[in-house]
Amino acid sequence: MDNLTLARATMGTSLGFHIVFAVLGVGMPALLMLAEGIWLRTGDPVWLGLARRWAKAFGILFAVGAVSGTVLSFELGLLWPRFMAFSGSMIGLPFSAEAFAFFTEAIFLGLYLYGWDRLTPVQHWLTSIPIALSGAASSLFVVMANAWMNSPTGFKLGPQGQLLSVDPLAAAFNPSTWTEDPHMLLSAYVVSGFVVAAVYAAGILRGRNDAHHRRALLAGLAMGTLAIVLAGVTGDSSARFVYAQQPAKFAAMEGLYHTERGAPIHIGGIPSNSQQKDLFAIEIPHALSLLAAFNPNAKVVGLNAFPPQDRPNPILVHLSFDTMVGLGMLLGLLALGSWFYYWRRRILPRRLLWLLVAAGPASVVTMETGWFVTEFGRQPWIVYGILRTSQAVTSAPALGLTFAAFLAIYSGLALTTARLLLGLAAKERTARIGADTEGPAAR
Amino acid sequence: MSAADAIAALLWLALTAYAVLAGADFGGGVMDLLASGPRAGAQRTAVAAAMGPVWEANHVWLIFLITGLFTAFPRAFGILGLALYLPFTIALLGIVLRGAAFAFRGHSPRELATPSRWGTLFGSASVIAPFFLGTAAAAVASGSIQVRRGQISSGFLAGWATPYGALIGAFAVSICAYLAATYLTVENQGRELEADFRRRALLAGLGSGVLGLAALALAPLAAPSLAHSLFGRGLPLLLLGLLNGPFALWAVFALRPRLARLAVVAQVVLVLWAWGLGQWPDLIPPELSLAAAAAPAATLTALLVVSGVGALILLPSLWLLFRVFKSPLIEDRG
Repeated sequence: MDNLTLARATMGTSLGFHIVFAVLGVGMPALLMLAEGIWLRTGDPVWLGLARRWAKAFGILFAVGAVSGTVLSFELGLLWPRFMAFSGSMIGLPFSAEAFAFFTEAIFLGLYLYGWDRLTPVQHWLTSIPIALSGAASSLFVVMANAWMNSPTGFKLGPQGQLLSVDPLAAAFNPSTWTEDPHMLLSAYVVSGFVVAAVYAAGILRGRNDAHHRRALLAGLAMGTLAIVLAGVTGDSSARFVYAQQPAKFAAMEGLYHTERGAPIHIGGIPSNSQQKDLFAIEIPHALSLLAAFNPNAKVVGLNAFPPQDRPNPILVHLSFDTMVGLGMLLGLLALGSWFYYWRRRILPRRLLWLLVAAGPASVVTMETGWFVTEFGRQPWIVYGILRTSQAVTSAPALGLTFAAFLAIYSGLALTTARLLLGLAAKERTARIGADTEGPAAR
Repeated sequence: MSAADAIAALLWLALTAYAVLAGADFGGGVMDLLASGPRAGAQRTAVAAAMGPVWEANHVWLIFLITGLFTAFPRAFGILGLALYLPFTIALLGIVLRGAAFAFRGHSPRELATPSRWGTLFGSASVIAPFFLGTAAAAVASGSIQVRRGQISSGFLAGWATPYGALIGAFAVSICAYLAATYLTVENQGRELEADFRRRALLAGLGSGVLGLAALALAPLAAPSLAHSLFGRGLPLLLLGLLNGPFALWAVFALRPRLARLAVVAQVVLVLWAWGLGQWPDLIPPELSLAAAAAPAATLTALLVVSGVGALILLPSLWLLFRVFKSPLIEDRG
């Protein structure tokens, strides 16, 4: 394989792996803050138990997220040296701000995880606030850099493409920032909420229907519900932004080949470059024009308007987009339906619990496919309209070997993390059941 | 002093903080590997207790260093990414495995008495990361990286996959071990462990002294650019280092652990700043000066502002962290 393919595979694997830990690093602290805060107010030990247990799990997740994030900061230069040489002065600023947010998160997490016995309960709870805030800030800062790659602004180029001047604030607050940032932050809460809800729904299904599980399930579901509804709104404005600013990406998202007025929406289907249409799709006439521009006869540019070397791969982008939108809507319906049922009956039936278990991994898939849309949809550009991915890639040797090494390590880490978290849950259960009989030697 | 110089100084400070803080965490891994005797389990537990609350915060100095480097000196980052692809990638694998293994092992504390799989991985990855970061430093300092028309004409092995690179890598590992053993001596004062870590500090100190002197003696032959730095503008700091080195060892030997900790930290600071000041104003000698690599002025100013605001949050937070976990004045309430 050539360096471009290997570098994209390595970067994609690293991002796809890290993002799962990164979003939990944003959402879990909010849940910790909530649970410990409720315990402080009410003195209810169930909430304290949840906070302590989540803190242990979060300790592992944060460590893996921190080291995999380090890999990414290096890989920007290791895999894309020409991209960084060109863009560092523009996207570096939000990354540097992110470093301080990461500092804050790591410092207060250290205090939180190891400070149970060294701080008063109120002091301890207070340390969770900077963790939650800096986790959210990290997400906002990092996504600014990605937004700049989609709508690069804040610089002037000379006739030979040399950089004449930079406005780093205009680069950080580029047009895409305003749609990408809120959407990603909300997605982080979506995933954290649904993953937590799924874990406890599974516990209840396996017969552990206690206050501990029920409250954890409802807390996760509450965060997920709030976030998924809002993410629907920000996702809609993101799509309309892409329609206006990145027409090639939009055409690929929708599987639209021919520019037309009154364009239909294609739901599902497989875009075929040879037949110039989205095969087997369900078509809703005029719907795309209506959604994108609030006008049933608005013009939507098709892929054919771009030379073949400037088009993203419509199969990947369209299928990812439909997966994200479809799963996102199902998650929203499931969340609202669950609350309606719970409000009427004060319980959740087994069928809904099974769906909530599935919603955990589904929320991760939704978030990942959302990133596929952003990243595959921007291709062949690494900086949209300015620098091609193929021009930015490294010429270093042995990329195949290092890709294999990272793939192996990430697979190992994912499996081990899962095994440890399951083991942690089992250990906590035995500890709670055997709490009365357990001697000091067994600690 | 230009804005580029100010940022270079700031980043060199971050590198120094990374070396004396995260370096000691890597050294903790070495101590874990070397744990032996009847108190092997207690030694590993002491390492884990010392690192646990702080290693992630210590690690972020590297992130700040990297993001600061590509913000302020993007061209240099591009060149380093190309020329040092291999040592950086190997160091990264070490960093990932070290951190993950440490976190994973933390959830099976009973295994600390005997060497465990995670423990061995934690220890060996803690050697790999500073070793290869050290070889990368050797490549830069020795002036081995050469660029012709945007391509790395010196190849992908220059300056680091050499005996001298390996010497500097080993020196970095020994310094990490020295820092860790010295800190652990202070943090276990009055316990039997103090003697264990003192012995290790002496060994690591002697080892780093031998390696450091060898690196210095060989520099004119193997790394002329480094020799030029150290015997040029870096000379006063180098001489101070040559005096402070034996003094630090004496302090360890004479059971003055707090003084020893200060002196060992000073030694790392002197070595790094002798190199840094000596190399100024070059960033990647002989190819690239700070001025030539620097981002446009607006970016440099913005980075200084962000760093200033960031420091207002960072410094009190760091103070709190170390006050809570590293100060003997606070009694355990547990």
